[in-house]
Amino acid sequence: MEINATQHPMDKYLRADRIPHIWCPGCGLGIVLNAFLHAIEELKIDLDKLAVVSGIGCTGRIAGYINTDSYHTTHGRAIPFATGLKLANPEMKVVVISGDGDLFAIGGNHFIHAARRNIDITVIGVNNYNYGMTGGQLGPTTPLGARTTTTPYGNIEHPFNLCHVAHAAGAVYVARWTVLHAVRLKNSIKEALNKKGFSFIEVIAACPTTFGRRNKMPDALDEMRFYREHSVIKHGIDPAEANIEMGKEIVVGKFVDIEKPTFNDAVEELKRKVKKK
Amino acid sequence: MNIKKSYISKDFLLYYMTYWVEEKEKKVHGKVYIIKDRCKQCGFCIEFCPQGVLQQSEEFNAKGYHPPKLVETETKKCMGCGFCQMICPDFAIFVEREEEDEK
Repeated sequence: MEINATQHPMDKYLRADRIPHIWCPGCGLGIVLNAFLHAIEELKIDLDKLAVVSGIGCTGRIAGYINTDSYHTTHGRAIPFATGLKLANPEMKVVVISGDGDLFAIGGNHFIHAARRNIDITVIGVNNYNYGMTGGQLGPTTPLGARTTTTPYGNIEHPFNLCHVAHAAGAVYVARWTVLHAVRLKNSIKEALNKKGFSFIEVIAACPTTFGRRNKMPDALDEMRFYREHSVIKHGIDPAEANIEMGKEIVVGKFVDIEKPTFNDAVEELKRKVKKK
Repeated sequence: MNIKKSYISKDFLLYYMTYWVEEKEKKVHGKVYIIKDRCKQCGFCIEFCPQGVLQQSEEFNAKGYHPPKLVETETKKCMGCGFCQMICPDFAIFVEREEEDEK
């Protein structure tokens, strides 16, 4: 028989008084949070040395549920806050967890320039293909032909390929997983947290209430079954080939893993040079 | 060419074979814990359990959802892989692994 319990092993990392969270039944964000907490447990990261920054949106609430130093910042500005945090206190592990609308629509430039400077932070971008919290409007990641509240006849704008954007801007670690690959996602978060430099993980998450309902996947389970049948793991391929199209296969895997000096290293080197003169 | 045949004594072989069989019979079981009031009935744990040990119950929790329960005939089938714990978005289910000697 199953045993009734009142405490979850992850409750020590959560602000347990706020659980159950506000996300809809079947929302992928709970799985992202779960995988992140499992990763920090397995890496045995000191919670005093960890900061979680998030922006606005459903994903932005993740920072409020983790029992560590966390910022719930203004819309799109999660990465500038995280940059400041990392530069002021280089020993801190800084993680940005935010949605596609926050990181790539209003905060798109911040993302590109943080990746260009190679600031030593980890960014987990949750892609649910639309603006979920405000009612399912067209976003920069909505695939061609998808129906949203603002595109009832199908989307005609070309979407961002987030992994390709990150790679082109200069990120040192780029990976993409769906929420169904929960264990691989956890391992990927562990790798990204240990990686020096700008690491980016795109997580494709189900949004049954605002996106799936209008695209013939009315239930979260339908979306998860779609991921099971249509996702293909291809490690190390060029992210430019990993476009996301409606109803086509989703290419997941670890695309980029390279070494590059970080912005903090460059600052230290500059200090040494200037002192010599 | 002279090829020597190597003979292994019967006792020796038997000893190692029984040892190997005993090793294989050590089973790992999972104890499933459910926090019923957190469940939102997404059905992920039921759908994606590799052994199919969970099913939807008929009882209601405080929010009106049906939390999962174990299939009674397949209680011992849980291997403790913990995938339900990883895939649950609501921190409502977890598994403890325990090793058992069964012959």
